[in-house]
Amino acid sequence: MASSKQNIEALIKRDYQAGFVTDVEQESLPPGLNEDVVRALSAKKNEPAFMLAWRLQAYRHWLTMTEPKWAHVRYAPVDYQAISYYSAPKSKKDAPKSLDEVDPKLLETYEKLGIPLKERELLAGVAVDAVFDSVSVATTFKDKLAAMGIIFCSFSEAVHNHPELVQKYLGTVVPYTDNFFATLNSAVFSDGSFVYVPKGVRCPMELSTYFRINASKTGQFERTLIIADEGATVSYLEGCTAPMRDENQLHAAVVELVALKGATIKYSTVQNWYPGDVEGRGGIYNFVTKRGACRGDSAKISWTQVETGSAITWKYPSVLLEGDNSVGEFYSVALANNRQQADTGTKMIHIGKNTRSTIVSKGISAGRGQNAYRGLVKVLKGAENARNYTQCDSLLMGDKCGAHTFPYIEVKNPTAKVEHEATTSRIGDDQLFYLQQRGLSAEDAVSMIVNGFCKEVFKELPMEFAVEAQKLLGVSLEGAVG
Amino acid sequence: MLSIKNLQASVEGKPILKGIDLEVKAGEVHAIMGPNGSGKSTLANVLAGRDGYEVTGGSVTYQGKDLLALKPEERAREGVFLAFQYPVEVPGVSNIYLLKAALNAIRKHRGLSELDAMDFLTLVRERLKLVEMKEEFLYRAVNEGFSGGEKKRNEILQMAILEPALALLDETDSGLDIDALKIVANGVNALRSPERAMIVVTHYQRLLNYIVPDRVHVLAHGKIVKSGDKSLALELEKQGYAWVTEDAPRASA
Ligand SMILES: Nc1ncnc2c1ncn2[C@@H]1O[C@H](COP(=O)(O)OP(=O)(O)OP(=O)(O)O)[C@@H](O)[C@H]1O
Ligand SMILES: [Mg+2]
Repeated sequence: MASSKQNIEALIKRDYQAGFVTDVEQESLPPGLNEDVVRALSAKKNEPAFMLAWRLQAYRHWLTMTEPKWAHVRYAPVDYQAISYYSAPKSKKDAPKSLDEVDPKLLETYEKLGIPLKERELLAGVAVDAVFDSVSVATTFKDKLAAMGIIFCSFSEAVHNHPELVQKYLGTVVPYTDNFFATLNSAVFSDGSFVYVPKGVRCPMELSTYFRINASKTGQFERTLIIADEGATVSYLEGCTAPMRDENQLHAAVVELVALKGATIKYSTVQNWYPGDVEGRGGIYNFVTKRGACRGDSAKISWTQVETGSAITWKYPSVLLEGDNSVGEFYSVALANNRQQADTGTKMIHIGKNTRSTIVSKGISAGRGQNAYRGLVKVLKGAENARNYTQCDSLLMGDKCGAHTFPYIEVKNPTAKVEHEATTSRIGDDQLFYLQQRGLSAEDAVSMIVNGFCKEVFKELPMEFAVEAQKLLGVSLEGAVG
Repeated sequence: MLSIKNLQASVEGKPILKGIDLEVKAGEVHAIMGPNGSGKSTLANVLAGRDGYEVTGGSVTYQGKDLLALKPEERAREGVFLAFQYPVEVPGVSNIYLLKAALNAIRKHRGLSELDAMDFLTLVRERLKLVEMKEEFLYRAVNEGFSGGEKKRNEILQMAILEPALALLDETDSGLDIDALKIVANGVNALRSPERAMIVVTHYQRLLNYIVPDRVHVLAHGKIVKSGDKSLALELEKQGYAWVTEDAPRASA
């Protein structure tokens, strides 16, 4: 039916609600990248020698690399010399000691984003580490966590206060030689979050970070390192937004997770970077390397992601299942609307015996969006009785978008069991009409259908994040049927 | 309550309804019968406002309003309910979640506050009994994996909770076993009231033993070719449709 096709088209329009710019004085390095920039960056941050040496190694290696072209995305080439590799809000003192010292304009930004730090601190009991452009501005709840031996701070602070932990684990999951973007990140990363949960400690609250790219022509290269020592448990949430700008901004982050024997790390992301406008102008290039290692028996790492933003997403949160009986999980919702392109998925590398992995990927394509699932399940020789279950569902809205799946399976051990299921469906006129006939507006109907489609993933998110994710999807598809 | 005058409608340029006239008063139950493909579901869909059904002539007045000017959800909120011939599956959305969203949308439209969780659950449990459905159905995804009969019962459950002013039941009896038929009929009868009107589309006189209609109409080739009281259904059962449709003018001819 021709008319309903137009309706679906109309519903897919949307506005970006986090697209404001905060007017704060910024201190930046001039655009461009060379060894001096890497040195200057390290000096600005007062880093110990081992950090500078590591950055330089990475930088030199990066010079030998070329940008990967294999992802199912197209974009204009990035001019790495036009990016500023350091940008920090200028503040009177070196770093804010408490929220009261944080520039009120920054706090206002977070308010607009719906993360009032104070409120969270007081009411919600969520410890928030907020990264504004490149510097961590406020870390809350530190004291309470410190009493349990939990370290939750900016990466820069960790480099100064816990250099032995940083040196021991940095680059052990994502080596500086790993890939073009991770190597670039290793050379120029500015800040990020650091978490260490000691042996046997169950972190009593969700740890949470919000990233926001504010300054124009800056890249954001944050680096997160989370270590759960033996028997420890931690759940970490990451949320992202960026203001609307015409030019594209690069976000090349690295996240490394280390789960030792019997430890559990749950990492949840709700990513809402600016996706660009309807014509595909502007938006964030989100080229991220996320990887966790189950470095001990019965360790567990679980990635949950809801990706609604970015012009281009290139992201494969992965798990190295090294310890026997270790478990890896990947739950993903990726939305590609308008001209967005998402190439996302996971890698599950089974190394230890009886290792298990579960992959549930939900791709939603609307407008002219292109959504690709790319997954690798690799079972090495020694991985006796490895198990993988992969479920990969695509939902299409309208007929100008696309969904693609690229599942790769490599099995070197005959006892392995690998299952893969895939479905593609379209939001049907009949579903829309059915829900409208029950009194729901077209938009609520679409939102209900989409949320139903994503349910298996949403139920993995911590409660408050699940609510946020549902709202976000609703907003992202606002205007998608009339 | 409902006044349909010379209603004409096409699907994909093909005329299906060719001048329907029908008056339904509050409190009445009308049955519509007729051969396959005669336009019964089309009529129900046009009344409910489904996309792709183009009204090419005539008018429909519902509670004094121009029904055809309203969006489907507005019609629903104004009290028009369609029990689908083929209820639709909505994966991942629980039955109770949809019921709640629907009821609240309708209540909001009527200026009522949202029902709180307890009152809502009490209402739902009571209506479940009416259609003899188990509570577990509330937590299953809407119609997903329901048997044909369960889907039909679920439609009546929704109707019982949303309490429409005008209910259109499109072959709700098809695919029901004898016991389920009685249950559905009881559910429908329980909802009969002086304020509520129903249009029941069916192929079987049997249903009308349970839901006794005030009027019976025969729809053929997009027109109502004969109307009568409940005895018309018995007559049709005996003689088939030929005796009413034979001399009916075929609009396309
Ligand atoms: N979407 C559509 N596209 C093309 N033709 C359609 C469409 N919907 C209905 N029709 C046609 O309109 C005519 C009437 O269909 P309708 O479903 O209203 O019949 P019905 O009286 O409900 O039949 P049944 O008793 O079999 O349910 C049929 O010829 C049908 O093929
Ligand atoms: Mg029909």
